[in-house]
Amino acid sequence: MKRSIFSLILFAAISVNSAAAQNSSATVIQNATILTITHGTIEHGSILIQSGKIAAVGADLKVPEGATVIDATGQFVMPGIIDCHSHIAVDGSVNEGAPAVSSMVNIGDVLNPEDVNIYRDLAGGVTAANILHGSANPIGGQTIVIKLRWGKPASELPFEGALPGIKFALGENPKHSNFGPPPGVAPRYPATRMGVEEVIRQAFTEAREYKKRWDDYNRRKAAGENPLMPPRRDEKLEPLVEVLEGKRYVHAHCYRADEILMLLRVAKEFGFKVRTFQHVLEGYKIADEIAASGAGASTFSDWWAYKMEAYDAIPYNAALMAERGVNVSVNSDSAEEARHLNQEAAKSMKFGGMSPNDALKLITLNPAIQLGIESRAGSIDVGKDADLVIYNHDPLSVYAVVQKTLIDGQVYFDRQRDLARCPELEKEKQALLEKEKKAAEAEKKPEEKPAKKPEPKKKPPKAAGGGDGSSDAAGAQ
Amino acid sequence: MTVRWMRSRIWPAFMAACGCFVLGWACRIHAEGGEPRYFAITNARVVPVSGPPIDGGTVVIANGLIQAVGSDVAIPPEAWVIDGKGLTVYPGFIDAGTDLGLAKPDGADEAAARARGRQPAPPPAEISMGPEDRPATTPWRVAADEIKTDDKRIESWRNAGFTTTLTSPEAGFFPGQGSVIDLAGDRPGDMIVKPAATLPVSFKPRGSFFLFPGSLMGSIAYVRQVFDDASWYSQAQPVYDANPNQFERPAYDHTQETISHTRERDELVLLPANNSIQILRALRLADEWKIRAALYGGQEGYAVSEAIAAKKTSVLVNLKWPERAKESDPEEEQPLRELRFRDRASSTPGALAKAGVKFGFYSGGLKEPKEIFKAARKAIDAGLATDAALRAFTLDAADILGVSGRLGSIQPGKIANLVIADGDLWNEKTKVKHVFVDGRWFEVHEPPPGEKPEEKKPERAAGSSSTAGGGGL
Repeated sequence: MKRSIFSLILFAAISVNSAAAQNSSATVIQNATILTITHGTIEHGSILIQSGKIAAVGADLKVPEGATVIDATGQFVMPGIIDCHSHIAVDGSVNEGAPAVSSMVNIGDVLNPEDVNIYRDLAGGVTAANILHGSANPIGGQTIVIKLRWGKPASELPFEGALPGIKFALGENPKHSNFGPPPGVAPRYPATRMGVEEVIRQAFTEAREYKKRWDDYNRRKAAGENPLMPPRRDEKLEPLVEVLEGKRYVHAHCYRADEILMLLRVAKEFGFKVRTFQHVLEGYKIADEIAASGAGASTFSDWWAYKMEAYDAIPYNAALMAERGVNVSVNSDSAEEARHLNQEAAKSMKFGGMSPNDALKLITLNPAIQLGIESRAGSIDVGKDADLVIYNHDPLSVYAVVQKTLIDGQVYFDRQRDLARCPELEKEKQALLEKEKKAAEAEKKPEEKPAKKPEPKKKPPKAAGGGDGSSDAAGAQ
Repeated sequence: MTVRWMRSRIWPAFMAACGCFVLGWACRIHAEGGEPRYFAITNARVVPVSGPPIDGGTVVIANGLIQAVGSDVAIPPEAWVIDGKGLTVYPGFIDAGTDLGLAKPDGADEAAARARGRQPAPPPAEISMGPEDRPATTPWRVAADEIKTDDKRIESWRNAGFTTTLTSPEAGFFPGQGSVIDLAGDRPGDMIVKPAATLPVSFKPRGSFFLFPGSLMGSIAYVRQVFDDASWYSQAQPVYDANPNQFERPAYDHTQETISHTRERDELVLLPANNSIQILRALRLADEWKIRAALYGGQEGYAVSEAIAAKKTSVLVNLKWPERAKESDPEEEQPLRELRFRDRASSTPGALAKAGVKFGFYSGGLKEPKEIFKAARKAIDAGLATDAALRAFTLDAADILGVSGRLGSIQPGKIANLVIADGDLWNEKTKVKHVFVDGRWFEVHEPPPGEKPEEKKPERAAGSSSTAGGGGL
């Protein structure tokens, strides 16, 4: 039942979108408790949205003529939640598992705008997410930050201007500690943390040489040298060159303190920065080193001991790292967890005594900074994108339920509308099921006649054009 | 129907009746006996597709080509004349996506073949850890080189009015090049119209976490790298050839060499794309890779027809419409998205036509030709105009495949591929009576073996109300 409700919900938003399509006209959210994150709480405040941006925030704003008014009396508005570690909206596997360096693959190639988890995340107040490759390889695939613009095509999901990233992974997953290949396939290198380090070092050595080769070629070409042998383009090394040039963020999956320090050493050696450490469950042990490196830390609230390298985790991790000056966020790494990141953030008030505002920062401004999108998201400030969530209670309360989620000033989730639309969708579904059933019955009838004939149908005709080509066009690729 | 000089043509009909491996033998006899090369179909309704239908028209065939068409056409004295009264002549139909003519042994055949020592056991899955291992990649294979004349489907497809197919190797990211073939010939070589017509691509991952590419994004990355490598080869090899003493030799790589040649020829790349997400993705990738591409699958085209039209991309539409799995659990949750897709897929051709997208049809795994027409009728019921449907089976398919100068319509100079039916193509009861392939005449009037022997001798009444049979559309 739960499932069917969600598949119904899936379509509710499309109509919501079109209803809110008048982007240019103004919208005002009125009479709300506004949690700005950067400049305190405004009681009975209003937010004016124009052209998808926050145009004004305050206690007494004038409502412009013709503006759409959202009455939020008794409700709470906060910036849209930013999930710094997500795997939603991906067509196919999130891991390209065979090569130890899979930087040639790109999550941006396989965004699936119809993944219902986008809508579920919206219902949990998330407006932007860092869509990561999995952790199977020391260097994984290219990653992308999206806005959860449910109902829009894949080309409209990417967060405009956000730098692309690349996934790294340290420890048990890339060294295949807890799983292995089937019989007949050799275990993959690396099998140790030392090997993981070597793979990363090797890849960057190659990337450096690759960059040099191209720089050299371009220089000689510009000088008019002829003949010249062009270098081969390498889709694996180009993203690593971008890392070296600071054009691509490194998001490194990690657990143990030693491997984190290792990556910081390697990064220093090759002259690149680690943008975020992901999971980073032992980050509290080396918070000073992480803070000094400038890397952010994106961790779980209280999830641990699910494997050996996660044994030393503590729920105080986020608070302790923040205390030492690390920019900390709390992420989901799970389509389920993403639906209540507000509660995940609240846990740091209990474990570590964070202030409510600092707790909310863990899922708003801090991940925005980590993803380099803080000029456009993460707080309720004039000029930022109107990516907002409206809760019926204080979002740090367990009673808080999302009422509306806005992106670029458009309502992408509206709880009341959603509930109202369910019966309609259920009706459509039943009608389609009925139609299919009738068609199937009509189909059956003429076939029954030859069955009566003495000749039983013993010759299943050979498949005509089946095979890979058509089936892969017909199904999931 | 009155057909003069029927004697020597009893063979094909007989042969069709007893179903057959005598095919090759029978044809050879004709060849030796000097097969007739001139025909005239007179007094028929001619639907040239390239122009308006001609009532009481004549089509003259000479030496495999259409010599003349019109209502007032001189009939060469040497021509065999088919009285076309009550019959309609169409250009031969094109199935723009099949493996027809390519041996595809099923498990049993394979085991038997192996027992006879004819074929080695398939090799274990090759290990691939990156693009350089060229997993499941054989672009140098050309369907034309592997065509066998003994595929029984050649006859059943032809009897239904298909004179031409795009036949492609399958399995793998670059399985090989597709060929346009005509469905008649004593030898495979006679059948080939265009050997290297298309370069089909698949994004279907290898299905193992431990083999590259194991994910969709891996497949796409792989294809991207191969196109990169091909471009590089086109640049690098001439530099090396001109200066062999100055540069290190580029490694020989069959894949990049083949693909670079297909790109120099601007060969049509076929990208898989069935749902709207895949379609938009494929359009983007075609732009990024700077390839001339058509899409195959296309079944959710109704949702994105404008986007396809904007890119002026053609689509080969799979006529195997999506349906609920036959043995599916009746209690299984049916997502609304799937239900809608299954309900609307057949409206895609109509939507594409409306948006101005050029499209052809392919059987996509439908097992019998009559299912192909049934599926097309479903598209017509869902809003596709019948003339557009006919174009999709003929001239538009030919155009997409780059053979419209030779196939797809009834015009002088074109290959004499014709279907002669006893009524309108889209009438369920209409039956194919004659098929011409490369000017060779095949008469169709027996139900296929195994079907009920309820022969009401196909005597064609003008309105056509005959029984179901081999030529049923």
